[in-house]
Amino acid sequence: MIEVKNLSKRYGNHLAVKNVSFSIDEGEIVGFLGPNGAGKSTIMNILTGYISLTDGEVSVGGYNVLEEPELAKRRIGYLPEQPPLYQEMTVREYLNFIYDLKNVKFPRKPHINEICRLVHIDHVENRLIKNLSKGYRQRVGIAQALVGNPDVLILDEPTVGLDPKQIIEIRKLIVGLSKHHTIILSSHILSEIQAVCKRILIINNGEIVADDTAVNLSHNLSSNHTIHLRAQGPESEVKKLIASIKGVRSITSLGVIEPGSMDYEIEPAEETDVRKEIFTRMSDRKWTILELNSNELTLEQIFLRLTDGSFVAKKSEAQKDEALSDSDKAAAFEAAFGEEEK
Amino acid sequence: MGAVYKREMKAYFTSPIGYIVMAVMLFLMGLYFTYMFSAGYSDISFLFMSISSVSLFVSPIITMRLVSEDKKQKVDQVLLTAPVKLWKIVTGKFLAAFTLFMLPFTASVIYEIILNVNSADVSWVMFLSNLVGIALYGAAIIAIGLFISSMTESQIIAGIVGMVVSFFIMQIDYFATAVDVAWVSTACTYFSFVNRFYAFTSGQIDASNIVFFLSIAVLFIYLTTLAMDRKRWA
Repeated sequence: MIEVKNLSKRYGNHLAVKNVSFSIDEGEIVGFLGPNGAGKSTIMNILTGYISLTDGEVSVGGYNVLEEPELAKRRIGYLPEQPPLYQEMTVREYLNFIYDLKNVKFPRKPHINEICRLVHIDHVENRLIKNLSKGYRQRVGIAQALVGNPDVLILDEPTVGLDPKQIIEIRKLIVGLSKHHTIILSSHILSEIQAVCKRILIINNGEIVADDTAVNLSHNLSSNHTIHLRAQGPESEVKKLIASIKGVRSITSLGVIEPGSMDYEIEPAEETDVRKEIFTRMSDRKWTILELNSNELTLEQIFLRLTDGSFVAKKSEAQKDEALSDSDKAAAFEAAFGEEEK
Repeated sequence: MGAVYKREMKAYFTSPIGYIVMAVMLFLMGLYFTYMFSAGYSDISFLFMSISSVSLFVSPIITMRLVSEDKKQKVDQVLLTAPVKLWKIVTGKFLAAFTLFMLPFTASVIYEIILNVNSADVSWVMFLSNLVGIALYGAAIIAIGLFISSMTESQIIAGIVGMVVSFFIMQIDYFATAVDVAWVSTACTYFSFVNRFYAFTSGQIDASNIVFFLSIAVLFIYLTTLAMDRKRWA
């Protein structure tokens, strides 16, 4: 449905998008993830024909966006970062205007009624857009994109600035829409993308640094996950006990963080969960577990790893300092936050 | 084109702009008419000549927000990503502004009828010549205003620059006589909107003047399209 080949965009001396290639099949729901200024909006603006490209080739539904812009644009519904609304129009007037502008062939009234129902704006359709709340304006923005029933929906940060309830509603709406549309969604919030998209493109500094499913991303990058344990009990015996559990590769003390207890980093063998065993053995000895958690990398950490190596390095540096030259701890942080080698 | 035209027309009359323009123009036309009527003139050209300099300063009010406000509110994104040719969008905006510009002149028909009733030697050809003249003259200055609006995101700046440009258009005949360089005064005379418009008010419908005003209008509509498109290539 969407083909992007070696796309570059240059603003003066700044290369905003660097040689990006990807393709999106019909019916896919893809998330563009990246920090602010990574180039997500630029790529979206190029796909929709709002800005031009410097180099490369982009086609939507088989139509090149430069050679046959009208045909390509007809297949796209676009919600820009800031919904493009005429404040002094009512919702109904605005949607009628978009209907005329896009020269839609469906019968007007039922088409617009259906869209209003779908995005739940039917009860505000006679109100002026400037008097609507942000959540409703966002919906009108989505409604506008839906006019003409385009195959592809491109939504640039559709939930930014909304309250949690609205975010959940918009998310539900997008999931509902994904049944009939190919959707590209951008966000710098991971949970957002995770909740809605099956496939994630992580974009940083104008480049695609990862393109995979959410599950794979999390799995591949966190194969060397560790378990963090905070427990009371004699240090050497605790270590001996846990090291004897089958599936535990190593255990290292991290030092005292909470008085009267000790923190440990446990590295289990791959694909094994030793938490249950740790719990039963510790309780047999009447040693109290205060904290036990698996350090599987969250998408958040993956994101930081992929998008900002320097930030992660600095963070681990700072935490190393806190650990007061505890070399074990430093090593543990190296493992958790070290440079990604991929 | 139709969608943009309809929307812009509606926008003029949901904001005060449409009413202000109508009020100012109709009030001054009424004033000029009362004056010429009580003085016993039967040639409506007086009214058109007087109102033409006023309309130079009313037109920036009509055009100032046409493109700038879209840019500011980021609505240009919906226009530029719609499956429509850009020149059609620009032309729609131009036609809406032009319609508002011409709307007050419907009243001039009534004035002409009153004159006609009152005296026998009233020429409808002359009236038509005036109307064609003001339409062409208006099209040119509206197109210039539209272009100025596409240069900025602020309608205030577009309005002020429009007023300054209008001032120069008004003063160009003065430059023609004041500057002692032959080619400058020739150029100023050539580009004199006022002179070319006054030809219409004296009943001469001259092809060169028609072509001049139409060329200016088309040129600036084209430049506006280019300005909006250029942003995409920046």
